[in-house]
Amino acid sequence: MSELLLAPKRMIELEIDGQSVRVFEGETILGACRRLGIDTPTLCYGDTLEPANACRVCVVEVEGARVLAPACSRKAEAGMKVQTDSERVRHSRKMVLELLASSVDLSTTDEIPGYLERYDAQPERFGPPAPPDPDRDRKRTGHHVEPDGQTAATVYAPVKIDNELYVRDYSKCILCYKCVDACGEQFQNTFAIHVAGRGFDARISTEYVAELPDSACVYCGNCIAVCPTGALMFVSEHALRAEGDWREDDQTVTTTVCPYCGVGCNLELHVQDNTIVKVTSPDDHDITRGNLCIKGRFGFQHVQARDAP
Amino acid sequence: MDLHLVPGAIPTTAERLALDSVLGPAVDGWDGGTRLQGPEGNTASSGHASRVRRHLLLPALWALQERIGWISPGGLNELCSRLTLPPADVYGVATFYAMLAVEPRSARVVHVCEDIACKCVGSDDLIAQIEERFGAEGELSDDGSATWYRSPCLGQCDRAPAALVSDAGEEPHERTLALTTAVAVLEALAGGDPGPAPVTVLPQAGDPALRLLRRAASTRSVSLDEYRAQGGYAALRRAVELGPEGVIREVKESKLQGRGGAAFPTGVKWEAVARQPARPHYLVCNADESEPGTFKDRVIMERDPFALIESMTIAAYATGCEHGYVYIRGEYPEPQHALQSALDEARVRGYLGDDVMGERFSFDIEIRKGAGAYICGEETAIFESIEGNRGEPRNKPPFPVVEGLFGKPTVVNNVETLVNVPDIVLRSGPSYAETGTEGSTGTKLFCLCGHVERPGVYEVPFGTTLRELYDLAGGVMGGKELQCILMGGAAGGFLRPDELDLPLTFEAVREAKTTLGSGVVLVLDETVDLPRLLMRLAAFFRNESCGQCVPCRVGTVRQQEALARLVSGKTAGGVQKELAVIAEVGQCMRDASICGLGQTASSAIESAIGRLGVFS
Ligand SMILES: Cc1cc2nc3c(=O)[nH]c(=O)nc-3n(C[C@H](O)[C@H](O)[C@H](O)COP(=O)(O)O)c2cc1C
Ligand code: SF4
Ligand code: SF4
Ligand code: SF4
Ligand code: FES
Ligand code: FES
Repeated sequence: MSELLLAPKRMIELEIDGQSVRVFEGETILGACRRLGIDTPTLCYGDTLEPANACRVCVVEVEGARVLAPACSRKAEAGMKVQTDSERVRHSRKMVLELLASSVDLSTTDEIPGYLERYDAQPERFGPPAPPDPDRDRKRTGHHVEPDGQTAATVYAPVKIDNELYVRDYSKCILCYKCVDACGEQFQNTFAIHVAGRGFDARISTEYVAELPDSACVYCGNCIAVCPTGALMFVSEHALRAEGDWREDDQTVTTTVCPYCGVGCNLELHVQDNTIVKVTSPDDHDITRGNLCIKGRFGFQHVQARDAP
Repeated sequence: MDLHLVPGAIPTTAERLALDSVLGPAVDGWDGGTRLQGPEGNTASSGHASRVRRHLLLPALWALQERIGWISPGGLNELCSRLTLPPADVYGVATFYAMLAVEPRSARVVHVCEDIACKCVGSDDLIAQIEERFGAEGELSDDGSATWYRSPCLGQCDRAPAALVSDAGEEPHERTLALTTAVAVLEALAGGDPGPAPVTVLPQAGDPALRLLRRAASTRSVSLDEYRAQGGYAALRRAVELGPEGVIREVKESKLQGRGGAAFPTGVKWEAVARQPARPHYLVCNADESEPGTFKDRVIMERDPFALIESMTIAAYATGCEHGYVYIRGEYPEPQHALQSALDEARVRGYLGDDVMGERFSFDIEIRKGAGAYICGEETAIFESIEGNRGEPRNKPPFPVVEGLFGKPTVVNNVETLVNVPDIVLRSGPSYAETGTEGSTGTKLFCLCGHVERPGVYEVPFGTTLRELYDLAGGVMGGKELQCILMGGAAGGFLRPDELDLPLTFEAVREAKTTLGSGVVLVLDETVDLPRLLMRLAAFFRNESCGQCVPCRVGTVRQQEALARLVSGKTAGGVQKELAVIAEVGQCMRDASICGLGQTASSAIESAIGRLGVFS
């Protein structure tokens, strides 16, 4: 956006699924696909963050390349010939979805049912999911207990409820790195969380698995805002969902300005039954890019503290 | 950033001193020392300066690990203040490596190899005896001083079975146990002396045709004077006469291809880096050697360290690098010590430093010690590890020759690739290319191990057949029948006895849809339980996946589970269904993984199914 105004960029032409398309130099294949209206599945990609290239659900086939390329991060090149729906692409996308859906609880990832259907993915075929592992946070790196294959290993672990503001349910974590990037140098610069461990035991963690109140977390909730799976969730949303009373269709979203300080961040108040249940900020807002601080994100309780003396 | 340390965790003096030994003493209040006095007292003089020292993170973690046997919250706090790094970030890095512990651990740890070559010579038995007489893996001795863990290949497969003893303390000590026994391991666990490791035997010692192994055939590390007396450093002089472009021309004409696994033309890589305008350029020697069954780089570093140093100096001269790193796997104490003393000697004698050999160019080499992660041998993961990050491979492009270590143009080469260079420079590229075949020039080191009569590193010209190599090593030990050969290591492929006439060249193995990989030739006799061996390979990839991308992180697990069902016979819907799972997961890992680990994680297993018909 603003970069485009600064220096006029060269346009390049490439071919996607037989259609030619012109994009600015530096744009990704995903960007080019969007220009053509080709719907590309993405999970770890977020419009506001640098691509982590981790989930690989967006892979495409670039002519002449040995392996598939992640559309979300591979830059378009002049003359490139890309296929987004070849046999190889469909196979890898389907497998990625099956691998994720068989190991992670994707019940609150909105896109998933559509993706699974589109690629005819059958995650059940790897067997019944293994139960939650209370020791998941303390796995010894590079070791594991040999499986018998009768259940499919999962990342299920007990839900972490250690503060009054948000819940961490890493059974739902696809390890997209977004929360780490948001908490770290891309947005918040707090660095309260990081990926720990390796391989299938890799997980998001604080230092020595400290509870959030003992960690560096400042409860800006920016990790919640970028989490694509609902692994990170407002306590209010988590409680309503637990009661089976989370009704997105009945919610209104009101855009307003945060009253706390002079920055004036835009807030979107998600309201259900006349109660604020969640606060977000628009991703395309010039100042916030979806981010807030603890006051804007969680400082709404006083509005509804009706019974207080 | 506001550092938030682990509440109440205070470093001990020992931990502080251990960190000082790597980082130097703290300068001011910002990096954990005494606050400056006077009007400047509040100035953050070293915040940024500390952060740019992030590349010292892994050495600093090692300092703590080697001092008290684990990374304690107090030690981590001190480290975080010294380098201005957040604890969660450092914890994430520490937990990436299998050799670092973040929970209290005994000072003495013995890592016992459970990998493919050791299995062939009874490591399962050895481990069973340790379990019986000492206790389960991770259990402490009665006095709390020692414990043991299973380990992936320790790079001692020519002297299998192997173990590694690490003693943390004021004077930390590590040593390898080779051709070891349960009695020796138990003795080591008890703090006794299991005796020195038997010396490496080079089966071809004395053969005048040897080139790369010429000096390594001596039974100890060659000194600088011996090295020079045997023609050492003549190549560097010649290189300076040729000039950087001249050296690159010779290397291109030699058609030398990388020996690290990918067979990329070395001259092309060097030229690409030499031409990059961005400065500085870096040279990284990949001595991570963690591919199960591989031990050739170990032998070179132990026996002929100056050859590696001279080769790196020539590479640096040709490509314009002033700083080189040798990234050695953490399980290699002896090669590391041999190389370190050679580096020290070379520096004192003016073969490294500001004015190398009086030829007015400067170059120096630093050793970086890995910490138990096969993935750090991947050419971009190695950068991440050196930079102090989790060893997660980068997405390519950009390629290392453009953006490598610290974002600068970087040459990464395997140890064996590099030690070919002096010969090329001395005899000229075209003359070097006369050895071998059209598409694969020079000689190649092979690591013969498993059920082979005379295990060890062998050097043969490209084009030698597998049978000739196999016969050279005396064939199967104990007069048993050959069942199959695993070539190229865990990331390689199996071959049948009727495929022994395969010429060992890059082009012939490509044609035969297999790989030379890192040069492993693991000989397996008729008694080997192949499905169990495949389970080990699957476990290896699961353990070593960095976890970044879904195809490999979850695919390696699903592959292992399907194998487990095939092995137990409790399949879900029959053998064919399970084979299909393996093939489909394999296809996705090959196509959609970020790096070579995931891309090859199914190749050996699929080759056992396809070539050997193991489950049919
Ligand atoms: C998982 C993985 C592990 C690797 N380990 C090593 C290693 O230990 N040593 C090595 O030289 N190359 C290793 N490689 C290959 C390197 O990525 C790289 O190709 C090589 O170091 C380049 O040097 P060369 O051109 O001299 O072969 C590994 C590759 C992968 C994907
Ligand atoms: S709430 Fe903010 S500070 Fe806390 S972990 Fe999330 S992004 Fe980091
Ligand atoms: S918690 Fe959410 S944002 Fe963080 S890695 Fe997991 S899925 Fe991604
Ligand atoms: S393929 Fe495996 S090792 Fe390589 S980046 Fe992906 S998860 Fe990591
Ligand atoms: S969306 Fe591209 S790799 Fe995840
Ligand atoms: S040292 Fe045990 S397999 Fe290599």
